[in-house]
Amino acid sequence: MQEGAVLEMRGICKYFPGVRALQDVDFTLREGEIHALMGENGAGKSTLIKVLTGVYPKDGGQVHIKGTEGAAVIRSPQDAQNAGISTVYQEITLCPNLTVAENMYIGRTRGAGANWKAMNSGAGKILASLGIPASPRQQLGSCSIAVQQMVAIARAVDMECKVLILDEPTSSLDEQEVLKLFGLMRDLRAKGVGIIFVTHFLEQVYEVCDRITVLRDGQLVGEYVIEDLPRVQLVSKMLGKELDDMADIKSEVGGASVSLEGAPVLEARGLCSNAGIKPFDFSIHKGEVNGFTGLLGSGRSECVRAIFGADRVTGGSVKMDGRDVKIHKPLDAMKQGIGYLPEDRKGDGIVGDLSVRENIILALQVMKGFFRPFSRAQAEAFADEYIKLLEIKTASADTPIKSLSGGNQQKCILARWLLTDPKYLILDEPTRGIDIGTKIEIQKLVLKLAAQGKSVTFISSEIDEMLRTCSRLIVMRDRKAVGELKDEDLTQARIMATIAGGDEA
Amino acid sequence: MTTPVKEPKNTAKRPHESRLKQLTRHQLFIPLAALALLVLFNLVADPSFFLVTVKENSLGNPVLSGNIISVLDNASELVILAIGMTLVTASSGGQDISVGAAMAIAGSVILRMVCGGQVTADTMQMSLLLAVLIGILVSMVFGAFNGVLVAYFKIQPMVATLILYTAGRSIAAWINNNQLPIINDLGFKYAGTFLPGVPIPTPIFITALIIVLFWLALKRTNLGLYTQSVGINANSSRLNGLDPKLIKLMTYVILGVCVAIAGFIRVSRSGSINYSRMAENIEMDAILAVALGGNALSGGRFNIYGSILGAYVIQFLTTTLYKYEVPSTALPAYKAVVVILLVVLSAPVVQEKLAGIRKAPAKTAKGVS
Repeated sequence: MQEGAVLEMRGICKYFPGVRALQDVDFTLREGEIHALMGENGAGKSTLIKVLTGVYPKDGGQVHIKGTEGAAVIRSPQDAQNAGISTVYQEITLCPNLTVAENMYIGRTRGAGANWKAMNSGAGKILASLGIPASPRQQLGSCSIAVQQMVAIARAVDMECKVLILDEPTSSLDEQEVLKLFGLMRDLRAKGVGIIFVTHFLEQVYEVCDRITVLRDGQLVGEYVIEDLPRVQLVSKMLGKELDDMADIKSEVGGASVSLEGAPVLEARGLCSNAGIKPFDFSIHKGEVNGFTGLLGSGRSECVRAIFGADRVTGGSVKMDGRDVKIHKPLDAMKQGIGYLPEDRKGDGIVGDLSVRENIILALQVMKGFFRPFSRAQAEAFADEYIKLLEIKTASADTPIKSLSGGNQQKCILARWLLTDPKYLILDEPTRGIDIGTKIEIQKLVLKLAAQGKSVTFISSEIDEMLRTCSRLIVMRDRKAVGELKDEDLTQARIMATIAGGDEA
Repeated sequence: MTTPVKEPKNTAKRPHESRLKQLTRHQLFIPLAALALLVLFNLVADPSFFLVTVKENSLGNPVLSGNIISVLDNASELVILAIGMTLVTASSGGQDISVGAAMAIAGSVILRMVCGGQVTADTMQMSLLLAVLIGILVSMVFGAFNGVLVAYFKIQPMVATLILYTAGRSIAAWINNNQLPIINDLGFKYAGTFLPGVPIPTPIFITALIIVLFWLALKRTNLGLYTQSVGINANSSRLNGLDPKLIKLMTYVILGVCVAIAGFIRVSRSGSINYSRMAENIEMDAILAVALGGNALSGGRFNIYGSILGAYVIQFLTTTLYKYEVPSTALPAYKAVVVILLVVLSAPVVQEKLAGIRKAPAKTAKGVS
């Protein structure tokens, strides 16, 4: 092993039916460093981590861990834990119905008895030392997602790990929480823990990481010290090609000028729902791309859910093409030609055990009706068409969607709605947790759809994405629409100011 | 055992079809293997098990007789219940434990209708078709009761159906004022015994008809897609325009229909009813059939043919044990041993290990290509 390394992986190979997920990949983690693992969806990041943590058995290669003689044998997550490797996954894998303390100690107590007092006080100390605002006796499910994420990290930290793996830990955190997490990561680094950090946020990589390992198509591209790898180069290494200037996509697709005359495709007045948003007005014209922006929890998603009928609408009126319509449930909205890609891909988007094909045809099939199923051939034709069109990476149309990478799952959901040929498409965080290549593809797609005369509402936590795609932004604060920005007002600074509410004082 | 080695090549050529075939084969592997073992055991122990002869029945008509016929005949109620149970399991991720008691209710209603309220009737007092339809209707109402508790009140299926499991047999007795009606009309017993001039027991035809009906329903409607989608992810399903509650309710109502038909066959066999013993513990066999067919009891994906096969395997086992004169009191113990074996074999953990053993030679083959 190299001097100072806590973990060495050499020549790791992993095959899945029809796919070489990892091919001869090396990875070295040193003591007291934060090491970013980067790559597009399907590059092999998750697979490498799952091999390391014993979720998947490897098909070749060796793993060495500091303090153990010879090659380490990791056959299960338990083995990995015993070897000092702790993992915090993107999706929280703790038990929401247990208390915070129970979650931190579950599977770690020896013997049959549990010493509740010791557990609670121990958990309390750790939570306090990490500054996590949760009580040990609180049910985990009653904490915010961010706090749950931090409890998962606290659990890992408490196990005195040598290697801490953070798989997309920041995707559901707001800015403050991210800063807190980074502080925590730096503390751990100072204590000599090696941290593997998987994320899609480039800014975050450059903020906390020391080194970067880039994977592409299951192969190692290289390991770099952060100072030696400027952002543009990192992106081009991940994509395997020079990146076309992202700021240019609007002009490339042709920022079609939208005629705001005539009746809007959809116009809502005083709409509100049982999700607790204040009544808001909203309209969108043919060929327009607009968006909702605001901090996490500001009510962005609740607004579009009200439009789609996903939450119970408690007031207001909706007109489509100038006609009054009633939308009580999603099916009503779908029949009016509205599509909705939800924020929570795993919980509200995919139907995990169903195949890619069934997931793609689902919405159109439901609209067609219970007694009129598509023939197998027809369904296959639909699926194949969109797999090709959106370049969905899947072994076949029969593969369960849950085995696809996040970006490809998202493309399937997009395909589902494109197949219904909607007049108006709502995309709530379509780019969250997916790689940069797919992000740009989706943004381009949005503009292309608009050019074809469809209307799109686009929501994203990344303001520059919204600036690139939207011609009008509705700003939300505290579940209330507080402003509308367009044309020359569409600048990062102006949006920030409106979100913060500085101009109202 | 050579097929697994060949499979990777097939996958390379036509990934769609062969993978699907692979899957079906995989899921039906356990019940098929169990069936094969039972057949093998009987072949070795006493080949006469499979003998089918023509005998005269009590009415002097020539009919087919033999263990195989008796397996197919006696499995009828279980097969029909297993079909409905599969749908309920898929949509709600739980099981209906009240099917045995509900069968007693349906049987009691049908008997009351044909006896016209008398204790003993020599001729049917109402058209049989109408009586059965009323039985089905009543059973659908009870199914809907379970379904509403599960879908709209979000009570765990086993707890929700415990109500009817407990009360069902009393309700069945109450329908006939606690009397045991007997119908002596031969026409009533056609469905449970033999049609005149037909040597094969009628329940076999009824079961075949039900299987064909469900095959058509799964092919010609979205019953399969909707129930699976709702069972896997109710939130997503709702956002795709489905009404998960309604679909769950629907599966319980469909099970109600299955229960009524099974109940009708059961009372039609004897022309009378025993409220407390009729179809006793059949709910457990029905649930076992679903599990044996490789379906997850937590819902979602299902294969209805697996459950059907599972039901026949269970009956085959019962009949085999009866043939070897295992006392009926000891029967459950023997059954339990076999069940443990089957369930452990089909457990995902064991399956993975087995797959690992089978995969080993395949991997080397792939390494070359």
